Amino acid sequence: MSENEPLLSVQNMEKHFPVTKGLFKRQVGAVKAVDGISFDVFKGETLGLVGESGCGKSTTGRLVTRLLEPTAGKIVFEGQDISHMGQGRLRPLRRDMQMIFQDPYSSLNPRHTVGAIVGAPYRIQGVKTENGVKKAVQDILELVGLNPEHYNRYPHEFSGGQRQRIGIARTLALKPKLIIADEPVSALDVSIQAQVVNLLEDLQKELDLTYVVIAHDLSVVRHISDRVAVMYLGKIVEVADRKSLYSVPMHPYTNALMSAVPVPDPKVRKDRDRIRLKGDVPSPLNPPPACRFHTRCWKAQDICKKVEPPLAQMAEGHQVACHFPENAPELPAAETAAKTG
Amino acid sequence: MSFLDVKDLKIHFPTDDGLVKSVDGLSFGVERGKTLGIVGESGSGKSVTSLGILGLHKGGRARLSGEIWLDGEELIGASTEHVRSLRGKKMAMIFQDPLSSMHPYYTVGQQIIEAYRIHNDVSKQVARKHAVDMLGRVGIPEPARRVDSYPHEFSGGMRQRAMIAMALSCDPELLIADEPTTALDVTVQAQILDLMRDLQREFNSALIIITHDLGVVAELSDDILVMYGGKCVEYGSAEDVFYRPEHPYTWGLLGSMPRLDREPTERLLPIKGSPPSLINVPPGCAFHPRCPYAERTGDKATTEVPALAETEGGHLVRCHMSREERRGLWENEIKPVLETQ
Ligand SMILES: Nc1ncnc2c1ncn2[C@@H]1O[C@H](COP(=O)(O)OP(=O)(O)OP(=O)(O)O)[C@@H](O)[C@H]1O
Ligand SMILES: Nc1ncnc2c1ncn2[C@@H]1O[C@H](COP(=O)(O)OP(=O)(O)OP(=O)(O)O)[C@@H](O)[C@H]1O
Ligand code: SF4
Ligand code: SF4
Ligand SMILES: [Mg+2]
Ligand SMILES: [Mg+2]
Repeated sequence: MSENEPLLSVQNMEKHFPVTKGLFKRQVGAVKAVDGISFDVFKGETLGLVGESGCGKSTTGRLVTRLLEPTAGKIVFEGQDISHMGQGRLRPLRRDMQMIFQDPYSSLNPRHTVGAIVGAPYRIQGVKTENGVKKAVQDILELVGLNPEHYNRYPHEFSGGQRQRIGIARTLALKPKLIIADEPVSALDVSIQAQVVNLLEDLQKELDLTYVVIAHDLSVVRHISDRVAVMYLGKIVEVADRKSLYSVPMHPYTNALMSAVPVPDPKVRKDRDRIRLKGDVPSPLNPPPACRFHTRCWKAQDICKKVEPPLAQMAEGHQVACHFPENAPELPAAETAAKTG
Repeated sequence: MSFLDVKDLKIHFPTDDGLVKSVDGLSFGVERGKTLGIVGESGSGKSVTSLGILGLHKGGRARLSGEIWLDGEELIGASTEHVRSLRGKKMAMIFQDPLSSMHPYYTVGQQIIEAYRIHNDVSKQVARKHAVDMLGRVGIPEPARRVDSYPHEFSGGMRQRAMIAMALSCDPELLIADEPTTALDVTVQAQILDLMRDLQREFNSALIIITHDLGVVAELSDDILVMYGGKCVEYGSAEDVFYRPEHPYTWGLLGSMPRLDREPTERLLPIKGSPPSLINVPPGCAFHPRCPYAERTGDKATTEVPALAETEGGHLVRCHMSREERRGLWENEIKPVLETQ
């Protein structure tokens, strides 16, 4: 572990949504949306969170910003345990942690002007501004590349990319320390995606922001992240700095994901050996026991169905949860066990 | 004449705000056994084009002109009934959203059986066996049992596969796939792309794939048509468009996209501004407000619509710059920047 304290530290975090049945809402099961994950986020870095639909990315984002309360585990923000903090005590912290959502259409109130939307956080938090809220809002609009004169316009008068900028402006209003961006560009056209990605990068430098970027697009995540965590069915299966993750992916699932991304090069397609995964992601209501990937993994052995592989350090800054990782440096069995423990 | 030949197709919609020129003079052809990829920004007219070919604008407000020849038969002038009789067997479509094109109250099997019996004089039993076969072919597990499931009982990936099974059940000679994988995870997308490739090879059908994902077009297409503001701005073989693109919009698309198959760049190169309004299409070259080279073509960029002209061997480009100038820019300015990516 690095000597500087993480800004955000998540330890064995779980979120199980109860599934109820009948008139008396008897609980008949639970959706294990997030099932024991741990990670740290350090000041100034961008952690990417990737994985397929339903693996628990958004739930993770909503837990660490405490829009949801975890079923178990710990969330520590700037040294404070916020896992079960009540709304009153959370309130001042909400300024420091903001969330950007996927859909630039539905996340903005259509009846409010841009000025009202971006200015709302000031009013809600009762923050005093030097030259009034209007001036503060116009400064932020300028910062995200919108025309400050558009203060009185409504969301429908803007394009998708501009609306996403409005959403970003709103989160920046209170100078947060940590921004969780949940699929910030996936609803946008490619050319507009690039504008928003560049904007997020510029703002990070300028305002010294820390990001957790949630996305299913591996290329976007690689572009924007310093470190990347891969999720599968409520678990983190691999975490590494972006270079190691993309050049020597170790978890079979990470390898399959990367090989599935279509390559925009017509010459490559013809002679590419793609890993073909069978089937869909199983339901988080009934996740497969032990290694959750064993139902789709081509390397699965008996032990994978019986013993859950822990997330273990396999190389400097590279953790993997797999009994038979790919590209793993040769380690004597004893040493692997020691590192795990 | 190609198997499908579209000539100067125009599809305009009169609306309260003015005439929407969704498709404005589009010409292209597709041979049997070949795949045409259509790419372009949201709202550039891709879906309106495909609905036009299938005759699905008939009876609506749309004003259609031009010619659509399918296997030697002209469709724009043909009767609604006749065009309807061609759907299913002669041509079929896979829609972006499978739920919208499948009936929620009928089982998946019933829907395939019905579609099949319209074009094939067979008993229910024979049609049912065919439906089970088709579901198996597209990779639905336990097809004999799943044939009796309702669409909502399938996962997103299974629904998309079921819809492909339905579209392919009569071996259509022309298959149009409109964003067939946008809603899917990459590993499922890879399965579906493999499937479409295999089925096309087997039936030797003509395939049009519509997407905004340059990776997907590169994987499947023989030829590529790039649309902007209702018009074709570049057309050529996949190699032309990826290795020798000559239109500034195509360059912009390539620069906007982070790529997994190359070293990551510091910054993406987005296209500035937003997509054009189709009611007030910018005069002259529709791309000029966003084009970094607009000044090179002087007044012409804003006053004269550039012609779609052949640059070499079937490669067409709609731009006022000379061929030499475009090639010089690509070789000396664009390509070197993209390739350090
Ligand atoms: N409030 C809830 N009640 C019950 N189940 C829920 C709830 N919220 C999420 N889930 C379930 O938890 C799982 C994880 O959902 P989550 O939204 O975190 O996935 P995700 O990784 O963000 O997926 P996507 O890429 O589709 O956005 C899913 O199976 C989802 O259906
Ligand atoms: N029935 C209609 N009446 C009026 N305008 C329409 C109608 N159908 C489509 N349009 C307009 O035509 C344009 C082209 O739409 P189309 O659906 O073809 O876009 P697209 O290229 O498929 O975009 P996307 O990538 O978002 O699917 C859009 O501006 C759309 O608003
Ligand atoms: S633990 Fe076994 S089943 Fe799981 S990913 Fe590793 S090899 Fe595959
Ligand atoms: S015609 Fe002019 S404005 Fe249009 S793409 Fe060519 S250089 Fe750009
Ligand atoms: Mg999500
Ligand atoms: Mg469309």
